[in-house]
Amino acid sequence: MVHSHEDSQGHHITPFVVYLKVAGALFLLTFLTVIAHHFNQQLGVLAAPVAFMIATIKAILVILWFMHLKYDSVTNRVIFGAGFFFLALLLAFSGLDIWTRVVEYSTL
Amino acid sequence: MSTDSHSAHGHEHHYAHHFRSAEHEYLTSKEGIWLFMVTEILMFGGLFVGYSIFHNIYPEMFAEGAKSLDWKMGFINTLVLIFSSLTMALGIFFLQKNQPKKAAMSLAITILCGAIFMVIKYLEYTHKFHLGLFPGRYLDVAKVGAEHANLGMYFGFYYCMTGLHGIHVLLGMCLISWCLFRTIRGDFNPNYYTAVEGVGIFWHIVDLIWIFLFPLLYLVG
Repeated sequence: MVHSHEDSQGHHITPFVVYLKVAGALFLLTFLTVIAHHFNQQLGVLAAPVAFMIATIKAILVILWFMHLKYDSVTNRVIFGAGFFFLALLLAFSGLDIWTRVVEYSTL
Repeated sequence: MSTDSHSAHGHEHHYAHHFRSAEHEYLTSKEGIWLFMVTEILMFGGLFVGYSIFHNIYPEMFAEGAKSLDWKMGFINTLVLIFSSLTMALGIFFLQKNQPKKAAMSLAITILCGAIFMVIKYLEYTHKFHLGLFPGRYLDVAKVGAEHANLGMYFGFYYCMTGLHGIHVLLGMCLISWCLFRTIRGDFNPNYYTAVEGVGIFWHIVDLIWIFLFPLLYLVG
């Protein structure tokens, strides 16, 4: 799967149909996002996670096939993954800070 | 990239002297692009983290903000950007298949899609300005008739996130135009298309960010 050896001549060429299939899936998922939005009331608290889940699936499709990360080197995958890791870290620590604050009222 | 010697007569790419081979040059360039992509993720990520924190603190206010956006506009723009991502990927595909004419067409369509996106964005922005929906303290709560006194915060996020994204779309259009120019000039062939691959990755990350911006700003709110 990884075509990144120095000597390997010719890069991996994703077949034309695969691009069309990925784009088709992305269009379908976009429609699904809007359809899910129309059931916001029924979904309740789940509305945001559902929208976020669909967006994540779309993002993975773009990253793997359009950005060719599926056929890229392990190094590049680790590099890009590190970005999301540190983003998660930022969210986690910022969230911890905000949600563990105790409101104190001055008695003065 | 500036050290490219683009005298690609035949299918021979003359790589810069500090690389072992053309493949070495290609892989190094691509690794640089991926490092750049990490900085992009972290730059937009900061805004996304801010958005999620304040969305959790003021859910009703964000819902009011999202209602004032036209989701149909965002929806059309999502479709336009996904289509442009497809044509960008096909541009590289046709270069790999040694069909530069088709590649040039694909890149031209990609630029056109970027332009359509920006026109729709312009219409949205001017409409918001017309309604007095400005960011932060510039939003006159009484004039707009906002239910929440801090609605300006939502529009602060809206303009920062979509504005930064819009700058990326404009930059991407410039970079793809450069690739299109070089494709027409005949710089690229199946053995050398590094610039298009790099610009492609950049264009896809612009699409990727919009994929998250659309539901967050227009739908969930």
